[in-house]
Amino acid sequence: MSVAERPLLQVRDLAKTFDVSPPLLNRVLQGQPQAFVQAIDNVGFDIPRGTTFSLVGESGSGKSTVARVVVGLYRPTRGSVTFDGTDLASIRGRRQMAPLRRRWAMIFQDPYASLNPRWRVRTIIAEPIRVHGLAAGAAAIRRRVGELLELVGLSAADGEKFPHEFSGGQRQRISIARALASEPEFLVCDEPTSALDVSVQAQILNLMKRLQRELGLTYLFISHDLAVVYHISDYVGVMYLGRLVEWAPAHALFTRPQHPYTRMLLEAIPDLEMSGRARTPVGGEVPSPIQPPDGCHFHPRCPFADGDRCQREVPATLDIAGGGQVRCHAVAERRMPPADTHTRGG
Amino acid sequence: MARPVLQVDNLTVEFPTRRGTLRAVDDISFRIDAGEVLGVVGESGAGKSMTGTAVIGLLEPPGRISGGRVQLEGARIDHLPHDQMRRLRGQRIGMIFQDPLTSLNPLYTIGFHLTETIRTHTDRGEAEARARAIELLTEVGIPAPAQRIDQYPHHFSGGMRQRVVIALALCAEPRLVIADEPTTALDVSIQAQIIQLLKRLCREHGTSVLLITHDMGVIAETADRVAVMYAGRIVEVGPVREVVQNAKHPYTEGLMDAIPKIGGRTEDLAQIRGTMPRLSQIPAGCAFHPRCPRAFDRCRQERPELLDAGASRAACWLHAGEPAGAGTGRGGGERG
Repeated sequence: MSVAERPLLQVRDLAKTFDVSPPLLNRVLQGQPQAFVQAIDNVGFDIPRGTTFSLVGESGSGKSTVARVVVGLYRPTRGSVTFDGTDLASIRGRRQMAPLRRRWAMIFQDPYASLNPRWRVRTIIAEPIRVHGLAAGAAAIRRRVGELLELVGLSAADGEKFPHEFSGGQRQRISIARALASEPEFLVCDEPTSALDVSVQAQILNLMKRLQRELGLTYLFISHDLAVVYHISDYVGVMYLGRLVEWAPAHALFTRPQHPYTRMLLEAIPDLEMSGRARTPVGGEVPSPIQPPDGCHFHPRCPFADGDRCQREVPATLDIAGGGQVRCHAVAERRMPPADTHTRGG
Repeated sequence: MARPVLQVDNLTVEFPTRRGTLRAVDDISFRIDAGEVLGVVGESGAGKSMTGTAVIGLLEPPGRISGGRVQLEGARIDHLPHDQMRRLRGQRIGMIFQDPLTSLNPLYTIGFHLTETIRTHTDRGEAEARARAIELLTEVGIPAPAQRIDQYPHHFSGGMRQRVVIALALCAEPRLVIADEPTTALDVSIQAQIIQLLKRLCREHGTSVLLITHDMGVIAETADRVAVMYAGRIVEVGPVREVVQNAKHPYTEGLMDAIPKIGGRTEDLAQIRGTMPRLSQIPAGCAFHPRCPRAFDRCRQERPELLDAGASRAACWLHAGEPAGAGTGRGGGERG
């Protein structure tokens, strides 16, 4: 496979377990057992260069954990993350990591918490430039910071201000400018618009799409909002209790959802067209990730569970015609009714 | 015409600060009829939550109601003494807030919350109140209510806690429920469940609802009528279908276009340029005019009141050509 065709990011069989045991003293004195949360379990996907792959799911589905493992904030318990052909597990030490580390950056949900309130904006944005030695001399750094601020729709003079002088949307622009300061190819965006009002969200999403076009960026986009994901993604993965239950090209996932959980999520979106479409209420809640159900995690809530195999056996990964993969016994056994098209007006 | 459950006339809420008085809610009027759900929608800082807290008399000082009237079933409640207002809250107006954990005391069982509320507002005895509490928990869809009633809030998931809060709000069979972002802290699938529950209960009990949210989707699913707020004013009010599909105010139009929609085109979203003004810097004339693509001279000089615009009313000079209507949105141009 040539370099151009090779996906920028390849994630294979990724797993991350957190130890959530009670303190040692309680375990010894009260005989409490150790406890673990399987935050992510056997997750695999590729992100082709210049595209956006989104992960959606409810709280506790493990989507943010995937993002953190991918950027190296957590070490995976099992599996591999390959960035542009380099397996991140093979890297030893900071020195080897540094040139790679410059090539990705992360944007967080809360623009209030992710900017140092005591630093001027120009210092915040200049930090990655200094750390990676990308410009020499104060004048060059200042010029670069001004360029970055203008790139995200602010003015160079805004660099003199402090974060509290900006609105939420402007702060998120500053976060994006800082993320772009190291000239990365790959951005991991963890709910970048969830804390913003809709009109501001539209501005940030448009900005992110423009930057992707102009700079050829690749995004891993984490969100719980399916409409936002529809808007920005080339590929969408759906997570449930740590497992990637389905992924597919965005249009296919929204028009022909395979997994019952994907269908349920699409059903749950409030209907702005007010078509009077009857919604099937979905019962139940996400179970505790400490003791997930056996077999397919979704079987207690699934209207298509068969009461036997779904309860015992973890579904294998199955290719979907036209791209994508799904993990569901009902799909494999062709027990699922055809998906009615969920895209309205499309 | 039947007497409305809640009628608000020319309500103004002000915050005196060192650098002058800020007007968070500026001369707004609306009514809610029996069994009706009125949605109040707007972005942060529009004054929607402030409207809700002013109605139930929970404004944090130095904020105060500086003008207008609030009437519950024909009786004024905005000037009630503290203890009378306290009795009214819970008994005749129920409340649901965004974060169920702030409404529930972690040191008390769910049952204690419910029985205490029931006994405060009705003359039921201990055993009767408990029976009623279990009945309410069943009604809001808590499985095994007879066992779960003796558990603490931390034993419940987010969605289940919000169900308990809804049960609490309905304890005394209030005439009006004020729900401030009731689903914002919940996951989408749980959000759908809670919306359906709220709708069903209010229909069954004939309760009116003031639903405050930033989420147009929730409004479209739940409300009968919608009021859209911008910079402390109602800019448009009308039947939900009309406002969502046939917006009359350029701000509502912009807001609707900015929402990403599944199945729509995936090119750039329409965006409203600029941001909502700070309360200390509200522009003269129409507060929206610096951001409005259709603003003209009059918008910069004169502030529009709500004018008839088809089935809705919009505070926009674009609709000045139509005959002006009388009613709840009249007058109020006497700005200090």
